[in-house]
Amino acid sequence: MISFRQSLAILSGVLSILALFFPLGELNGEAVSLWSDSGLTAFAIVSMLASVAVLLNRLKGLKADLVLVILPHVGAWMLLSRLDVADQHLASGFWCLVVSSWLMAWLLVDQLSAKKTKTPTAKRFYSIVVPVLFGVWLLLLWELVVRGLQIPTVLLPPPSMIGARFMASTDILWADFQQTFLKAVLIGYILGCGSAFIIAILIDRSPFLQRGLLPIGNLVSALPIIGVAPIMVMWFGFDWHSKAAVVIIMTFFPMLVNTVAGLSITSSIEKDMMKTYAASYWQSLIKLRLPSALPFVFNALKINSTLAMIGAIVAEFFGTPIVGMGFRISTEVGRMNVDMVWAEIAVAALAGTAFYGIMVVIERACTFWHPSFRSSR
Amino acid sequence: MLQSTAINTNGNATGVAEGTKQGTTGQAEKMDTNGMSPETGTSSQEQSANSVINIKGLSLTFETNDGPVHALSDIDLTINQGDFVSFIGPSGCGKTTLLRAVADLEQPTGGELWVNGVSAQQARLNRDYGYVFQAPALYPWRTIAGNISLPLEVMGIPKSERQDRIARNMELVNLSGFDKKYPWQLSGGMQQRASIARALSFDPELLLMDEPFGALDEIVRDHLNEQLLRLWDKTDKTVLFVTHSIPEAVFLSSKIVVMSPRPGRIYDVIDCNLPRDRGLDIREAPEFLEIAHRVREGLKEGHSYDD
Ligand SMILES: Nc1ncnc2c1ncn2[C@@H]1O[C@H](COP(=O)(O)OP(=O)(O)O)[C@@H](O)[C@H]1O
Ligand SMILES: [Mg+2]
Repeated sequence: MISFRQSLAILSGVLSILALFFPLGELNGEAVSLWSDSGLTAFAIVSMLASVAVLLNRLKGLKADLVLVILPHVGAWMLLSRLDVADQHLASGFWCLVVSSWLMAWLLVDQLSAKKTKTPTAKRFYSIVVPVLFGVWLLLLWELVVRGLQIPTVLLPPPSMIGARFMASTDILWADFQQTFLKAVLIGYILGCGSAFIIAILIDRSPFLQRGLLPIGNLVSALPIIGVAPIMVMWFGFDWHSKAAVVIIMTFFPMLVNTVAGLSITSSIEKDMMKTYAASYWQSLIKLRLPSALPFVFNALKINSTLAMIGAIVAEFFGTPIVGMGFRISTEVGRMNVDMVWAEIAVAALAGTAFYGIMVVIERACTFWHPSFRSSR
Repeated sequence: MLQSTAINTNGNATGVAEGTKQGTTGQAEKMDTNGMSPETGTSSQEQSANSVINIKGLSLTFETNDGPVHALSDIDLTINQGDFVSFIGPSGCGKTTLLRAVADLEQPTGGELWVNGVSAQQARLNRDYGYVFQAPALYPWRTIAGNISLPLEVMGIPKSERQDRIARNMELVNLSGFDKKYPWQLSGGMQQRASIARALSFDPELLLMDEPFGALDEIVRDHLNEQLLRLWDKTDKTVLFVTHSIPEAVFLSSKIVVMSPRPGRIYDVIDCNLPRDRGLDIREAPEFLEIAHRVREGLKEGHSYDD
């Protein structure tokens, strides 16, 4: 019976051997063999030996960590530098080595996730390292495949090209970020979530308004943003105000619905207790009902952080001044500057993730008492 | 009505015979301890000078989808200042409902109910009572100290005094040192003790306790029984106490109200004036066992009466 680890090792070893017999690619009509490249040959042989050692369970503990940290990454670095050894796209020998070093990295991840960590710092360390490794390899494979197979950059530019474009256009990206995120998204988000929260509290005492407003809420949140955005542009003009209005519309009702639901979940015994203290409406709202509604409120805040990004970017497709992330994406696509589009997408992804992450951190600090977070304290 | 008839039962059960025995012991010495009189002009002229709770012909019916549930039917009961009254009876006989009616958490559908000479609602607004629910119902986002502080904050007691009272009451229920813990970090028994400390924190004259020790183990329960008895003896609070345990009822009470279900009513009222400075060992004394026996008989009869 072989373990998962051993089967990874077998595959990786077999691919390293195969690489020795298949061409890397063609240069001027002649096949380029691996043997002509001493560096890659050495890598193939060493990684074959390492695979055998893993297979026989000879490679363990710190030594295994060290080998698996160094080997696949040196391999990947060498493969990256050999991307132009052939004049057409690269051939099977090259891909054998790519897959082999990828499997080796997989072995490393597998080994790291299986570690029994004692201290919380170590646990934290591994919980960061594993996703980082995952991300790095995603980018590596993306780069190798796109360039190795010579995929047209309009279809998918390699990450290096996106990175270069990113570094070269930080001033444009920053201006777009300011326009779209710091103005439209943040202001719309704060106004949308804030007003919905306040209105939820105002209609709390009126079942009539709740019954009337919530269905309208569902209706409005079902409105397609493509329909709303042009109208907002007509009402509020081309600048960020119309985008903030779209964000307000998108974030308002998730927040309203969640807050109303959250305010109604207090158990009868908890409310009875407040009653026995002859607490006023506002006292029991502040000391009981709002705290217990917090998990719902944060749920809406998290959903809305994503909605706000989408809303602001898409709304810019319908008319903006000549700045903004959505504007940039739509114009650069038209000019076939796909690298710039991807750079904007990267900014949007980073900003969206950070926004969401900050909400999660605040949520944890405020609702640490909730059963879903208790274990972490 | 005279002060000597401290407790009335509804006249339809055997309990009526007890009327003469009641009030002969233990009442006289309590009389002088409170000069308190009912609030002026609000209640019926019939109340005795030191009665805290007056219930006449009280009934309470829940309208449910399966038809009406007669949770309480024609209850007559007077409880005096300083009484420790236990309510005992099978599940569903209306003990909780009666306590909740006194606390103005349920609305009676008939009869009269006066608390401290005023309506139950007015008494609640006066913050006349502390209520210990069957479940601890501590707020999970507040520490233990924060939970005990909750009624004090609602009632607008200044911070320095709040801290005093929190410390004092945590000590009373043996929770000192746990003030910074959260409820979900404590055992069920500790949580229930915290909820008792919370009810005591604002020092109400009247305590309504609904099976407060139901979920606790024997040893903790014994300890808290003793603490509660000391507290009652020292402060002369009036306590309404629901329990399922006969020994607990006999040990703690000056009166035991035996209830029977469907419709919920009072089956018997048993006087129980063991010496005020009793310890746990009184549970082996003959007079203790005799009262316990009567309670048990009452429970049995009340139950079979119904079937
Ligand atoms: N809110 C309610 N709605 C309907 N029926 C209720 C409600 N509360 C209690 N009851 C019914 O009233 C009766 C008495 O209940 P309760 O006072 O809780 O009994 P106990 O505390 O003695 O076990 C039971 O039959 C119960 O089902
Ligand atoms: Mg009950």
